[in-house]
Amino acid sequence: MDNKLEKIVQTLQEKFGATFEEFRGEAHVFVKPEQIVEALTFLRDQHEFALLSAMTAVDYWPQESPRFHVIYQLTSLTQNLSVQLRIPVNGSQLKVPTATGVFAVANWREREIMDMFGIEFEGHPDPRRILLPDDLDGHPLRKDFPLGYEEPQFTFNFEEIDVRKPYVKE
Amino acid sequence: MGVEQKLGNMGVVTTTLETAVNWARTNAMWPMLFGLACCAIEMMSAQAASYDMSRFGMELMRPSPRQSDLMIVAGRVSRKMAPVLRRLYDQMPEPKWVIAMGDCASCGGVFNNYAIVQGVDEVVPVDVYVAGCPPRPEALIHGVLTLSEKVKGEKFKDLTKA
Amino acid sequence: MSEYQLQEIPVGPYKHLVSERAISGETMILNMGPQHPSTHGVLRLVLELDGEVIVNCVPEIGYLHTGVEKNMEAKTYLKAEVMTDRLDYMNNMGNNLAYVMAVEKLVGLDVPPRAQALRVILTELQRIASHLVWLGTTALDLAAMSVFLYCFREREIILDIFEMVSGQRMMVTYFRPGGVWRDVPVEFEAAVRDFIKLLPKRIDEYEALLTKNPLWLDRTVGIGKLDAATALQHGVTGPMLRASGINWDLRKVRPYMGYEQYDFNVPVATQGDTYARYIVRVQELRESLKIVEQALNKLPMGPVRSDNRKFVTPPRSEIGTSMEALIHHFKLWTEGFPAPKASIYNAVESPRGELGVYLEGDGGPKPYRIHWRTPSFDNLSVVPQIVKGHLVADLIAILASTDIVLGDIDR
Repeated sequence: MDNKLEKIVQTLQEKFGATFEEFRGEAHVFVKPEQIVEALTFLRDQHEFALLSAMTAVDYWPQESPRFHVIYQLTSLTQNLSVQLRIPVNGSQLKVPTATGVFAVANWREREIMDMFGIEFEGHPDPRRILLPDDLDGHPLRKDFPLGYEEPQFTFNFEEIDVRKPYVKE
Repeated sequence: MGVEQKLGNMGVVTTTLETAVNWARTNAMWPMLFGLACCAIEMMSAQAASYDMSRFGMELMRPSPRQSDLMIVAGRVSRKMAPVLRRLYDQMPEPKWVIAMGDCASCGGVFNNYAIVQGVDEVVPVDVYVAGCPPRPEALIHGVLTLSEKVKGEKFKDLTKA
Repeated sequence: MSEYQLQEIPVGPYKHLVSERAISGETMILNMGPQHPSTHGVLRLVLELDGEVIVNCVPEIGYLHTGVEKNMEAKTYLKAEVMTDRLDYMNNMGNNLAYVMAVEKLVGLDVPPRAQALRVILTELQRIASHLVWLGTTALDLAAMSVFLYCFREREIILDIFEMVSGQRMMVTYFRPGGVWRDVPVEFEAAVRDFIKLLPKRIDEYEALLTKNPLWLDRTVGIGKLDAATALQHGVTGPMLRASGINWDLRKVRPYMGYEQYDFNVPVATQGDTYARYIVRVQELRESLKIVEQALNKLPMGPVRSDNRKFVTPPRSEIGTSMEALIHHFKLWTEGFPAPKASIYNAVESPRGELGVYLEGDGGPKPYRIHWRTPSFDNLSVVPQIVKGHLVADLIAILASTDIVLGDIDR
């Protein structure tokens, strides 16, 4: 891991009591959900991480605590560094403070996570679905959501599927 | 061979109304300017310099469904897009035709999941399916010519039945 | 038909996003898309208009949501790659590259130098093809029809090269974890050299048509100004960020696939308007051509895929003669290879910006979670900020200059 990055990770550890993992030169720093806004502001203002490159979540179903990780990938343009913040979210308490005040890009990214995982972002200015139709039930990227696979129609089962396939009428 | 050889020197030609109407329909079929995904890029290629679909009387893409006869469903149709697609189809004046361009529009293609309609024939009635992911511009032109053949064989009594 | 009568768009869902004047009915809510010739796909914009001036703009996306991320989780690492081509359908090689690099980083796989150079050549050709489509469609939107025909003419040459190496014009799936599918045919080098000779003159032609054209200048200069701070706040990357004066190109700052060997400039402009974005992209066409030429001159001989049989399928020639190779081939394509229980984030520079892949393995043969950080998504999210106060006609220019691809946004 880069020396500069190591120092930043150390300050995060001291300031937020964060734990961290390293894999192939990437630093994954774990902080608590309630600290995330403060941590993002600290990194943006004190260490010039001006770009929130990516933001996503992972579902560890059936594990319940934590069930989700919300991931913030930050990039510093001036120092050419990247750091990843991760916050664990319990299945019973699906609430994370919004980061829209720190990075405007978090607005759409959080809406996507809301849509795909059903994690609520408290204080989000525009909590509507973004990618999916409004009438869809559930959150597709959760591991307990089925893929929605339909059996393909081949020669051997053509007629069987043809009967139940919902063809449109004129 | 010009038309005068067929007409002789009489200046008169006899044909059925069906043939004449169908001939007119096939030679000025206006597709709707409506692209969804990857196939739309190949549809653009088919209209651009190298392939030039206007050789078949199809260069005039109409952005409005109310002025078009042919809908080329170019790309995957998501569940969110399906009602919009149906609405566009309903806005087109009769007679109208649909080409499902590409595997996704024909049968779902590689995307067999919750988000994609498994074949656009669940939403609108399809006349011609063009295979390929995405189909080459030649394949689309072939699909259009196949549709022309189909239209040339249409009977008035079948149209009024619907 | 009665059920499809003209409907007014209800303000309800957008109450918090439009001004108070819209609720009182003083300004007008207008729907644009999802079927609109100038939205470059199935983007829907809800506009609040005061006369012809845009007061607010609310993009509605998701009309091309494909469920790629979920679908990739259901496939093995090798088989999931076909999905990547169809994400950003202007940048198929680039998506392949982002994905295979992520897989290689996750499992720790090396790529032979010849494969790296081939990847660079083909990705840069793809960048040229993507920018050509962008230039053509943008010019078409701004009523310069002939540029569209010229750009697609040149793009066909690149697609022919892709077809030569991979058998497909667009959905190439040519890069594979550990290398490329197979070596390029002998005609490849001559074809690329012909193209390198041809394109600079053609770029001069486009520039002659547009760069100093007063109509083009009227439509683009000073339209949609984006300053650097707003751009960073909204996560804008790629040519859009560079047109706003920030020199940030992943090929330069974090070289991958041997980009450090090649001498090229990163075009930067400071005005941040639509014209600056046009200038940056046109210059990128020339820079990409420089990279292709250098990579082709230096193209090393040797294998095109790693011989690590735990992850890379053996070449076809071996399968006929070696039992072991056949077993490896069979195992890798049916069962797949296991990846460690860890996660990585890997980003490459796509024609639109930072294309990142977050990939998490769980020790099994399928990705546990894959997330695509797609540049168009963030680049579009800044559009509502920069269109305010412009005319509807300028919205077309601004939207075209962001170079969005809906497959990239909706995934």
